[in-house]
Amino acid sequence: MLILECPYCGVKAEETELAAGGEAHLKRYGPGSSDDEFHDYLFMRENPKGVHFERWRHANGCGKWFHAARCTMTLEVFGTYTAQTSVPTQEIMDKIAAKRPGWTWREFADGKK
Amino acid sequence: MSKAVSVLNGARYSGLATVEDAGLQGMITLRGDLGSKALKAAVKAATGAEVPAQGSISVAENGAAAWMSPDELLLLVPYEDAVAKTAEVAEALKGEHALAVNVSDARAFFRLSGEGAREVLGKVSPVDFDAAAFKAGQFRRSRLAQVAGAFWLNGDGSFYIICFRSVGEYVFKLLSAAAHPQSKVGVY
Repeated sequence: MLILECPYCGVKAEETELAAGGEAHLKRYGPGSSDDEFHDYLFMRENPKGVHFERWRHANGCGKWFHAARCTMTLEVFGTYTAQTSVPTQEIMDKIAAKRPGWTWREFADGKK
Repeated sequence: MSKAVSVLNGARYSGLATVEDAGLQGMITLRGDLGSKALKAAVKAATGAEVPAQGSISVAENGAAAWMSPDELLLLVPYEDAVAKTAEVAEALKGEHALAVNVSDARAFFRLSGEGAREVLGKVSPVDFDAAAFKAGQFRRSRLAQVAGAFWLNGDGSFYIICFRSVGEYVFKLLSAAAHPQSKVGVY
């Protein structure tokens, strides 16, 4: 059972109250981009064993989207944070670094901003 | 105009707890900046209640305001006054980035009372109803089995439950089944 705390209403919501929204922090390639970029944006997804960033929506609740950082292997949740950001917050990065030194995920990594 | 009736017109079931159709209730959805002075004044004028804190409901004599999300409130007013109050709120918030809509007829309203109230609701909703975790005045949007719903706890230990009117009958039957006299779990 995955339990995430909604950063907007402070509710510790379990999985059935939430709707999964796929991978977080995708950079959108639209008109004007190359075919390869557009292809990667559409189809290429991370499938890590370990640290992962996802989008979730508090569907049976306040209805807001938010981000979550968790470990796909242990289901440990590092934290949830606002959707109004295109990079994980420093607080979340620090929390992950404390528990998974040397982690990397896409362009984000331990000790990198 | 035809006479308005609530979704199940006063239906009632008694088991571990008593489930009853709580009748017609005026409800106004208000979205806007909950911190703004104009909105606070408009809520106070319409319901008599203050803007509630996150995850709670503030109840006044003739109305209430419930916290739905960081930018949304549900105002409870007498059913007959809902249309007029919606217009009042909209007028008071003219020029603000806010929207008030009368949703009274889109909703069903139930009351769940009796000793088994926590247990009955706990069977259909993924919320911790322990007395230490869910206290009077707390307001929570969640789900009731397969549909969205919201509820709050009164000082007397009864719950008020709000859901969409289209699923009102489902929710009533769901709660009734959960309140079956021989279905006691004894958790809460």
